[in-house]
Amino acid sequence: MLRYVVRRILFLIPVFLGVTFCVFTLLYLTPGDPARMVLGDLATEKAVQEFRDKEGLNDPFLVQFGSYVYKAATKGDIGRSYITKRPVMEEILTAFPYTIKLSALSMLISILIGIPCGILSAIRQYSIFDVITMIFAMIGLSMPVFWLGLLLILLFSVQLHWLPSSGFDTWQAMILPSLALSAQAISIITRMTRSSMLEVIRADYIRTARAKGQKESVVIWVHALYNALIPVVTVCGLQFGVLLAGAILTESIFAIPGIGRLMVESIKMRDYPVVQGGVLFVAITFSLVNLFVDLVYAYLDPRIKAQYK
Amino acid sequence: MEVLFRLKKSPLAMVGLLVVILLVVVALFANVLAPYSYSKQHLTHMFEGPSKNFLLGTDEFGRDILSRLIYGARISLMVGFIAVSIALLAGGVLGAISGYYGGWIDNAIMRVMDVLLSIPQTLLAIAIAASLGPGLFNLMIAVGVSSMPQYARIVRSSVLSIRGMEFIEAAHAVGSSDMRIIFKHILPNSMAPIIVQATLGVAFAILNAAGLSFIGLGIQPPYPEWGAMLSGGRQYIRDYPHLTLYPGLAIMITILALNFLGDGLRDALDPKLKR
Amino acid sequence: MKPTAKNDRIPAPEERLLLEIRDLVIHYETDDGTVHAVENLDLRLRRGETLGFVGETGAGKTTTALGIMRLIPSPPGVIKSGKILFEGEDLLEKSEAEMRAIRGDKIAMIFQDPMTSLNPVMTMGKQIAEVVRLHRKVSEKEALAIAGDMLELVGIPRERIHEYPHQFSGGMKQRVVIAIALVCDPSLLIADEPTTALDVTIQAQVLNLMKKLKQQFSASMILITHDMGIVADICDTVAIMYAGRVVEYADKASLFTCPVHPYTVGLFDSVPDLEDDKEELNVIPGLMPDPMDLPQGCTFHPRCRFAVETCRLEKPAMREVAPGHFVACPVRAKMLREHPEQNAGNEGEN
Repeated sequence: MLRYVVRRILFLIPVFLGVTFCVFTLLYLTPGDPARMVLGDLATEKAVQEFRDKEGLNDPFLVQFGSYVYKAATKGDIGRSYITKRPVMEEILTAFPYTIKLSALSMLISILIGIPCGILSAIRQYSIFDVITMIFAMIGLSMPVFWLGLLLILLFSVQLHWLPSSGFDTWQAMILPSLALSAQAISIITRMTRSSMLEVIRADYIRTARAKGQKESVVIWVHALYNALIPVVTVCGLQFGVLLAGAILTESIFAIPGIGRLMVESIKMRDYPVVQGGVLFVAITFSLVNLFVDLVYAYLDPRIKAQYK
Repeated sequence: MEVLFRLKKSPLAMVGLLVVILLVVVALFANVLAPYSYSKQHLTHMFEGPSKNFLLGTDEFGRDILSRLIYGARISLMVGFIAVSIALLAGGVLGAISGYYGGWIDNAIMRVMDVLLSIPQTLLAIAIAASLGPGLFNLMIAVGVSSMPQYARIVRSSVLSIRGMEFIEAAHAVGSSDMRIIFKHILPNSMAPIIVQATLGVAFAILNAAGLSFIGLGIQPPYPEWGAMLSGGRQYIRDYPHLTLYPGLAIMITILALNFLGDGLRDALDPKLKR
Repeated sequence: MKPTAKNDRIPAPEERLLLEIRDLVIHYETDDGTVHAVENLDLRLRRGETLGFVGETGAGKTTTALGIMRLIPSPPGVIKSGKILFEGEDLLEKSEAEMRAIRGDKIAMIFQDPMTSLNPVMTMGKQIAEVVRLHRKVSEKEALAIAGDMLELVGIPRERIHEYPHQFSGGMKQRVVIAIALVCDPSLLIADEPTTALDVTIQAQVLNLMKKLKQQFSASMILITHDMGIVADICDTVAIMYAGRVVEYADKASLFTCPVHPYTVGLFDSVPDLEDDKEELNVIPGLMPDPMDLPQGCTFHPRCRFAVETCRLEKPAMREVAPGHFVACPVRAKMLREHPEQNAGNEGEN
């Protein structure tokens, strides 16, 4: 098991390199001269060239890439913002906690609502509860997160004045953004749990459990649930990625100073090093979360655990 | 294959199909159906609510919202279909090659896909769109490329499972070439999961496109993309909520219909559920 | 539809009857129609007896077994009427809590496919221990120890209680399933085609194990199978089931020397004879009827070469044609009464 963990962690390194490469390439291909961005339109051609030489912008692509990776790995230096001139790392680390809190809170809500609803829908298939839950799930899946956010603001902030429409510092401020963000994830997790549960309930070993004289509640909540939740764990991991991406849009709406808003502003301002750093950060976070999920999955399912002994 | 389509007995799926067809019709005949042009400004009628002249009201420039929604359908559907086509083509070919030839080719392609998959899809689309710049065409590429890895995976696993089946061995044994085997035998049998994923993919592409336009990438004004309309109406939400209500509703209905359709297709094509 | 005539009852001493099923009717109510899975089924089992319950796939054997355990999936399945007397008490009158006490303890079941009958994420030991703890007041540790004992009894090293199902082969999985069934020393064991899903060589092993354990535990057993060879090997009495009813019931010797019901005759006939030089195998013409649309009268009559007009009109009752040998076919019963020397034998009618 340990070997599996170590292997997976080591495997992340080429993935991170790959992501950095992609992001770096994208940036490289972006029209516009970074030197001009920093120095402004009024700078002289000479000053621009000096800047380019100093920052290594005239070097071949691979040299630039290598230098970026080297600086990032050894000093945590992933460039400077064109606009604020502060290190990108600093900008990101200031913004990151907000995004993580928002995503984590949404993930928690999604799991706490999604899984029980999915289970109950499966147990009482075709009942009123099931039908209503499925309807809500479909709607939740189909609503764009930015629209839902605006609607929630409209209802709870503008009309009812119950909750604030921006910021993330008080617990009241956290409610609307988390709700908006988790809608889609709740829907997906509910549906996944339901279908997994339905499949498991029909399995032969559930019948065996009943034939032993086991109580129905134990059959469902222990035998069936454990087996059904295993694929759901994977889905939750993937959903976290969706949540991270959705946070970008949510932060825009609710004026939360997280990475998402940082990136949106940076895109508008063409502050590409920040965008690049942001994408990198999110990708790395997502990879780590997925690794964690895979390990949990391997731990839970003895069949997988056995493959990696 | 047609037989499978007839299995779509689910009423929800049929509703979804109907709505999608309706949207396609609206998109195709936008010029005929829309009462006004999407950019015509009626400066004396700004921010009006629904009325006889302007069935869904007007926006901040006095433009008829209904007309803009109708033209927006054309844009959204176009982006959705083309983006998915790009993803399907690129991803499908890569996945087929990967699954069929195996070995280091498979490894190499799948590693690249893994890298792409480690970036959440919407974020990847944002990054690509940010790099390419605004515009309809760039939007389609961004959304398309960001969904490519999923199709590569699906096609690859379909190919892998079919490749192991005996009729492929038989085809080899009578001397069919690789290309022929891929196109005549493997791909038609892999269709089912691809179709389902593509349907849901169009929904997701439209959602992503709207999201990208919302934050300013993608479609630029005055083009009436639904997400952009939402973004434009956002500042007026307190006083004129209808600017954001209707475009959002349009997006939601479209996505809902596509999801119903996709779910219905998935159930219809699932061999385990066939009677 | 004409009412069914009353069946002759076996005049066995009542206290020796472990299980008696009378007039059991089980339907599945689906959107497309009602599936008549079990129709007016009669069955009896004495203590210590092994009953072979024979029939083709779809005849209703598993449904009957699940009916005894009251494990019929409740929508869409419904036990419409009948009595299932176990140790003198009607199981159909019992509450769910009472049934739970009986399942696993007094009546145990072995299912057909060992690959899917075991919970993939629980260790074998825990799965056996679960049954013990449900019906006996023991601690987890003691239950696991008992589980270890059972494993050894079925020929598996006791250390393997900590392993998971996927680490066992099909035959070994089935042994564990048997261990789970027997651990609480049930009075009745229902085995639903326990060896069908296994390789032929493993089948023999598992059957031998079952024979040995049958002696050791002195359990009565209903063995559901479609293999007459297994019946010959391990059973004492045989009930032949067709389209939801028992059509013939006899002790093994009587059935094998003189199969009476046309279906039974057909079954024996269709077994290829090593010494016979034939070009075509014997088949029973036609197919098993659709349980949603059973024929009128005797369910076998459309395929039966002895059928007469009354077969279409009246559902036949079980009649005793020889001591302990019951057949639901008035035509054949009459034939045997009138010409007792004409043995149906394994050759079939000439």
